[in-house]
Amino acid sequence: MSISREEIATTARLARIRLRDDEIDDVTSRIASILDMVDQMQAIDTSAVEPMSNSLDAAQVLRSDKVDEPGDKIAAREALMAGAPAQQDGLFLVPKVIE
Amino acid sequence: MQWETVIGLEVHVQLATKSKIFSGSSTAFGAPPNTQANAVDLALPGTLPVANEQAFHSAILFGLAVNAEIERRSVFERKNYFYPDLPKGYQTTQLAAPIVGEGSIEINTGTDNQTSRHIRIHHAHLEEDAGKSLHEDFHGMSGIDLNRAGTPLIEIVSEPDMRNAEEAVAYLKKIHAIVTYLGISDGDMSQGSLRCDANVSVRPMGSDTLGTRTETKNLNSFRFIEKAINVEVARQIDLIEDGGEVVQETRLYDSDKNETRSMRSKEEANDYRYFPCPDLLPVVIEQKTIESLRQKMPELPDQKRARFETQYELSGYDASLLCESRELADYFEQVAENCGDAKLAANWVMGELSAYLNKENLFISQSQVSAAALGQLISRIDDQTISGKIAKKVFESMCESGDEPDKIIAQQGLKQVSDSGAIEAMVQEVIDNSEAQVLQYLAAEPDKRKKLLGYFVGQVMKVSKGQANPGEVNRILAEKLK
Repeated sequence: MSISREEIATTARLARIRLRDDEIDDVTSRIASILDMVDQMQAIDTSAVEPMSNSLDAAQVLRSDKVDEPGDKIAAREALMAGAPAQQDGLFLVPKVIE
Repeated sequence: MQWETVIGLEVHVQLATKSKIFSGSSTAFGAPPNTQANAVDLALPGTLPVANEQAFHSAILFGLAVNAEIERRSVFERKNYFYPDLPKGYQTTQLAAPIVGEGSIEINTGTDNQTSRHIRIHHAHLEEDAGKSLHEDFHGMSGIDLNRAGTPLIEIVSEPDMRNAEEAVAYLKKIHAIVTYLGISDGDMSQGSLRCDANVSVRPMGSDTLGTRTETKNLNSFRFIEKAINVEVARQIDLIEDGGEVVQETRLYDSDKNETRSMRSKEEANDYRYFPCPDLLPVVIEQKTIESLRQKMPELPDQKRARFETQYELSGYDASLLCESRELADYFEQVAENCGDAKLAANWVMGELSAYLNKENLFISQSQVSAAALGQLISRIDDQTISGKIAKKVFESMCESGDEPDKIIAQQGLKQVSDSGAIEAMVQEVIDNSEAQVLQYLAAEPDKRKKLLGYFVGQVMKVSKGQANPGEVNRILAEKLK
């Protein structure tokens, strides 16, 4: 198997995807079959090929450094925060993060 | 056993662009929470980033200043982790193809700043800052302000070339000087414009393999960096000498307790699963853009220091202190031009002026005393209108009132007395009242007399309230006491 049960569990935890214990084996074998296919592709010699970082054959267009903001920033904030489950004094509230 | 310390620094510099790296929100500091966070910064669905050209130009200027290769094609990647102040669930950053490649800077340490060393820079990349989490009491919850989210940063990664805290501070000061000379950052550490993570390890002296390192996060003042490194080095040495092992981990410096402690919660997140960001195409920089930026490069700290040494005949130490900030260097040059006495100008800027700024906790731009006014004050010493001692008194008044020195000298009647008649009268008064000292002086060997004369000079200066011309006093005294 190209990936272990433990690696699947760790990756799921990092991605905040909840997997039940009885699901892990099934997910592991399915992801392993994808990785096996990747292994087949790895066998091809690509040393002369430039790595592709985007499927579009183009370069990024850059924006000039100008501030573009709404006139009423407080009203804009209210609109943007309307969907937040909890807020106070213009802050989003989230379950306490302790460091 | 003798231990050697090995330090590498990761320095985050906020770039002084007007807008964010991927959106048009303002980057100004201190706005009401979340008023500078638009749909892109909040990562609302359907939004796309558009990269800011000025952020690239700033990064390229830095690269040129540290003699680094500028990568013509750089790529943004996603660094994935979950934290409430990171709305997208990933930080857009660069990894395999950063904008600035290998470079190096020179640092100066030791007494007189005369020991110089090269510190290699591994690379510098562009990335976005995160928002801020506020942990005061919001009914047991944390508050999130995303105004800072998306502020452009360059992260400058050094090689592990530093060997003690002093070198680390010197390196950071040099980075600070370079970015502020270039004008690409305000460098204000109190507002987090320059922050530093320190990778620290120790190894037996003479060994050439690296020990296990720890990373101490978020050091935001020169003093804390020095203290944090020193306590972390001591902790690691104690640990090893007691038979323990250093664990590779992220640590936090607690300035109240002056100790570092483990940030266990960060450990699991160390697998960031980077991949190229599909929302952003590779950024291609034209050679002509690099060349036109090269043309705009201002004089850099090392060049200015060398020029100060030759043009103003300052010592290397004085020149390096004056060149620590561009504002201080500019101020000094204006004072020197105004009074025509560079040596005295350097002494006053580093002495009285710096003491005043430190005491009042002011930036040089906030000084009550302008460079023109300080130049005038020094001119008044040079043309003997006032003595150096009285000048300090005038300077104090200038700091309080912001008045010009000539006005203060006139108002407080501080003009030096050079009139020989008036000085002669004062000298006579002192001689008449110092019979014993006069006899002692006359009985002394000629080579001892010089020292004894000091007593009389002091007395005359006291009588004149410091305003008698010291040269005249000496001349008349020597004549009268023959």
